[in-house]
Parts: sequence; structure tokens; C-alpha cells
Amino acid sequence: MKKVFALLMAACMLLCGVSALADEAVTLKIAHIGPTTGAAALYGLATLHGAEIAAQEINDANGAFKIELINEDDEHNVEKVINAYNAALDAGAQMILGTTTSKPCEAAGAQGYVDRVFFLTPSASSTAVIEDKDNVFQICFTDPNQGSASAQYIAEHGLGTKIAVIYNNADVYSTGIRDTFVAEAADKGLEIVSETTFTDETTDFSVQVADAQNNGAEIVFLPMYYTPASLILKVAADKDYHPIFFGVDGMDGILGVEGFDTSLAEGVMLLTPFVATASDEKTVNFVAKYQEAYGEIPIQFAADAYDGIYILVAAAEKAGITSDMEPEEVCDLMIAAMQEISVDGLTGSMTWDESGAVTKTPMAATIVNGEYVFE
Amino acid sequence: MTRAKRNRLIYNIVTFVLVIGAFILLQSMIANKSITRSLKGQLVPICCWVVMAVSLNLVIGISGELSLGHAGFMSVGAYTGAVVSGWLLNACAIENTTLRLVLAIVAGGIMAGVMGALIGIPVLRLRGDYLAIVTLAFGEIIRNLVNVLYVGVADGRLAFSFLNKKMPEGVTMLVDGAKGAVKIKPVSTFTAGFVLIMITLLVVLNLVNSRAGRAIKATRDNRIAAESMGVPVTKYKMMAFVTAAALAGMAGALYGLNSSTVVPTQFTFNQSINVLVFVVLGGLGNVLGSVISATLLTVLPEMLRAFSDYRMLVYAVVLILVMIFTNNPLIRSVMNSAIAPLKRTLRGKKQGGDIA
Repeated sequence: MKKVFALLMAACMLLCGVSALADEAVTLKIAHIGPTTGAAALYGLATLHGAEIAAQEINDANGAFKIELINEDDEHNVEKVINAYNAALDAGAQMILGTTTSKPCEAAGAQGYVDRVFFLTPSASSTAVIEDKDNVFQICFTDPNQGSASAQYIAEHGLGTKIAVIYNNADVYSTGIRDTFVAEAADKGLEIVSETTFTDETTDFSVQVADAQNNGAEIVFLPMYYTPASLILKVAADKDYHPIFFGVDGMDGILGVEGFDTSLAEGVMLLTPFVATASDEKTVNFVAKYQEAYGEIPIQFAADAYDGIYILVAAAEKAGITSDMEPEEVCDLMIAAMQEISVDGLTGSMTWDESGAVTKTPMAATIVNGEYVFE
Repeated sequence: MTRAKRNRLIYNIVTFVLVIGAFILLQSMIANKSITRSLKGQLVPICCWVVMAVSLNLVIGISGELSLGHAGFMSVGAYTGAVVSGWLLNACAIENTTLRLVLAIVAGGIMAGVMGALIGIPVLRLRGDYLAIVTLAFGEIIRNLVNVLYVGVADGRLAFSFLNKKMPEGVTMLVDGAKGAVKIKPVSTFTAGFVLIMITLLVVLNLVNSRAGRAIKATRDNRIAAESMGVPVTKYKMMAFVTAAALAGMAGALYGLNSSTVVPTQFTFNQSINVLVFVVLGGLGNVLGSVISATLLTVLPEMLRAFSDYRMLVYAVVLILVMIFTNNPLIRSVMNSAIAPLKRTLRGKKQGGDIA
């Protein structure tokens, strides 16, 4: 066993040596960790694909950096994510792009804090992800920001004052956004006329929708992922109830739900930093490449991860990371570099402070004719 | 010494030797750093699942009752452990991690044991599959309760709240509703897991081979006959069920304190079924089988990472193959004849030793 290992190491060193001679490019070993199977696979696959496109672009550009992307599946599970994280480090990862979802990211990030491993999460938005840890940085907004930003957006654009909230009380993401939304709504003079809950197993939403309808809500706030949201839209349509449905980033992907009548999603609004139909050069280029490679329209999570690779490269450049550095060494250099860089990506212009939270402007999109459109 | 006694002794010795041997091997691998991070990270979860499987086997294999809520007891233990450990650190400033872990595990075991007793008292008096139904409901009820449970510690005092989070000033949250148990300081170690497995094996194997164990098995094999012989069925079924629940609670505390966070969704019905799979695959009533199957089936999905998205498909195929092979009479006879000489030598030696 030891002999085989020694031989492998020798071969590896030889290869590294050869490649270093061939060109001066630094190879960054980045591990993507996210759920590529299971209930949250749509998000994990989106971040993986987004990262793959960015890595491909960087490798094709023959610049100062090459990316070696390692992928590990965490199944959106707090126990499995530790296994995925360890497997990624066994595979030689220097830093982690991930994890995609909040609760696993909290667990893996805490482990990484002890082991000194750098995390940049594209989409894990709970505050606990970055709390009490210096090694985790976010590309997306934290949940509280999403809840209060939604309330602000609704109040400032005068969408309505009677609001119903339906949320998943078994889900951190959902309850986190709901808490700050309700707090901010009170400040902005918005009235919560109905508040109902569900859990992961709920498949019948008629009670929740009926409560919102009976209380005359003009806006239904849906801080949840797209699967329950699609069921709620169906129930509301059956009841001939047409308020404004307002979602957050978890709603992104609703148009991709199999067997879902997308006409039901007409007029749905959601807080999102990325819209695939935007006409700026970067977005058009990214969407074209994504469609060519994976045959679907990228969601926000893909854009976040695409930015993530570029952010990691920018920080690595600033920090002077080299191919043979250990994760522990990389971690402290990256933490310092992240606070100095500013990256202009698909999802906006971003900077970071030492808490790990990102600073960028919020935007909301509306679904019109089966496409996301910015107001 | 009768033949049956001898067989049992050999079986118990083999079980302990295997577990201790595995522990020594893994410890030496950790010492000379030849262990992968991946395997090292799984050691504590493996210990937890082994304890879970052995304790469930006590209910299903030995006392013949079907329990579908074993993960519920585990979650009771995990949450109790997290709260106790957090409270000890915050209120009593106990920095010693081993002491915190031991107290948390004991508390987790007691809590889960009490829950087991509360369920067992009414249900184990009934005949039929009521335990399965009630434990199934229990698992779901516990999960939904902890979803809305808030526990915080302020000035050394615990504050509990359901549904709405009303907490005193300056509170440190230990359990935060759907966010689960948060900011746990991980204190579990592989050694603690090993000790817990040894305790579990000692308790279960001794119980099974005792007077009470024979009574438990008698109620399983023929309830009416056992009752007519004067065996108090409910008492013995309770004994097995509460022991199993307490052990599951202890495993849960160890499991919870291995991670920085625990969420209710980790202890779903699926998780209970997962443990049931360990037990069934290892063999009903076969403690050693449970130990081996829990270990292998926890490690297997990780070993199949090379198959990436298809690994759960491969996992299912492996499960089916194992079931087919272990039940195939031809393969069984080949296996038996292969290990027969080994058994004979073991028996011979044992016998010699006894005579001497």
C-alpha cells in the first residue's frame, strides 16, 4: 500500500514537474461540492455546470492559471457533506467552491474552519454559513437580506399592502427569509393578513392558498424552493385566485420543473441577481455556452458558480497561490486576498468584508411569456 | 459446558475480537497517518450506526417486535446531547471535552429511554403490529416537535420555547427551530464511539444470554406458551424495547456531537428504514451481523463515489446481490463447508482450555 502510494506520489511529482517546465501556469485544484443527486440536485448541477464553463474558459485562455475541477456530491445531507469534503481533500483540492446549499455548508464550513480550508459558496445563503468562521465567503446574499430586500422592493414599488406569507417551517432557508421579511414588512407599513406553513412532505396546499384568498391578500410571498411553489401556483389557478406571487432566489428554476404548466407562472416576481435573457455581452456569452454544453437555460445558481471560479482566480492571483500549496496555507492567503479584490461578474459588481458577506445591489425580475425579465 | 453454550461463547468472543481488532487496526492507521481523510471522517458515524443497528436488532431480532421509529430515539438523544453539552459549557464552564461528551451521552440515553418507556407502557401490552404503527408515528411526531423547538441558555439557565421564539436577553441559542441544534462544539471521538460499541455489545449480548434474554426470546417464539409458563410478556418486551431506545439515544448524542449542527431532517422515516436495512441484511437476531452490515453499508456509498451519480443505483444492486447470495442454499453450503474446519479448531481449542 505504502509502495503504491510512494510510486503514485513520485509519478505525480514528475508530472507536475514536467508541466511546470512546459509553461509557467499555476494549476488551482478547486473542489465543487454540491448536491448532484437527490431532491436539491437541480441546484447542485447548476453550480457544477456554471463552474465547469468558467473553468473551461480559463483553461482555454492559456493565462497564468489553469483550473482542475474536482466534483463531490453531498446529497444535500449534513452527514454526507463531511464525507464529500474529506473525499475532495483526499483528491488534492486546495480550496472549495461550495457548498451549494445552506445547512450542509454550515457543517462543512465549520469543519473547514478547524482544518483551515477556504470555502467560497455560490449559493448557501443562511447567515450561519459565515457566522463565527473566517474561512467561508458568500457570492449570494444572506437570507435575511433577501427577506428584507423583498419587503423593501414591494413597498417601494407599491405592489400592494395586504400580504400573505406561506413558508416551510421545517426549512432553515424558508424560515430565515420569512423572519426578516415579516420584521421589515412591519417597518414599511405592509400588512401580513395571512401566514401559513407547510413541511417538506406537504403536497396539498389548498388550505394555505384558501387562507390567503379568504383574507384578501394582494401579494403572496413565497420564501421557498421552486417545487412547493409550483404546487401553490397550480392550486391558486384552480381556485381562480390571481394575486402577485413574489418569490426569492429559490423560486429560480420554476420554469424548468418537469410537467409544470409554465403559463401558471406568468407574472410571478422574484428577487434575483441574474436573468438569462439580459442583453449584456457577458450574460449572452455565458448563456450561449451553457446552452450548447448542457442544453438548458442557466439559472442564477449557475451564474453564481461561474462568477465563483473567476473570484477564486482573482483572489488566488492577488494572494500568489501556487500549484503545490497545501489547503492550510492557501486558506489564510485567500482570506486576506478576498477582502482586497473587487470582481465584476455576471451577478453584479461584488466586494467582500471580513465577515464573508458580499456587497452588491438587489434586483427583482418578473416572468413574462415564460421568460425572466428585469423591470 | 454444553454445545450450545460453547457455540454462544465462541460467537461472543469472535464478535468482541473483531470489534477490538478493527479498533486497534484503525488506531494504528491513524497513528502512522496511512488512513484517508475520507475514512477518518466516517469513523464516528460508523460507530453510531453500529450501535443503532445492534440496538434495533434487540427489538426486532430478539424480542420480535417491529419498530419503525428508531431514528426518532436517535434524534431525542442527539438533541438532548447537544443541549446538555452546550449548557455544561455555558453554565458550568466545563472545558473538559470527555466529561461533557460522557454526560451528554448519558443524558441522551436517559431521555430516549424515558421516551421508550412512555411508548412501551401502553403499546407493548397489545398484541399485533401496534408497536410498528406507534413507533412510526413517534418518529414523525418527534421530528415535527423539534422543528418548532427553541432552546437557549442565558446566565446559566436554560430557556425553552415552542412555536414562537421568545427568549430572554443575551441568550445563546442551542436549538433554533428548523435550523436544528446550532453551534455545537464537536466533542465526539472515535475512542468514545468504540467504547459505546463495547458497552452496547456487553449489554445486548449479556441480556440475550441471560434468564431475561431467554424469556424475551420465548415471548417472541410463542407468546401464548410463554404466558402459560408464567413469563410476564409485557415486562420482558419492555426490557428489550427500553434498552434499545436508551442505546439509540446514546448513539444519537454521539452522532449529534460529532458535527457542528444537527437538523430534524436527518432523522426521517427513511433513516429508520436505513437502520432496519442494516439489521435485516446482517440477519435478524445476529448481533455480529448487525455490526458488520452497519459498517459496510455506511462505508459502501463512499467507496462507490467513483460511480458518481450512479452510486445509489450500484448500492441498491449490491444490497439485492447480498440478499440473494446469503439466502442461496448452494452458496451457504459452500460457505459453511469452507469455515467448518476453522470452527472445529476453535471449538477443539476452547474445549481443551475448559478441561484444563
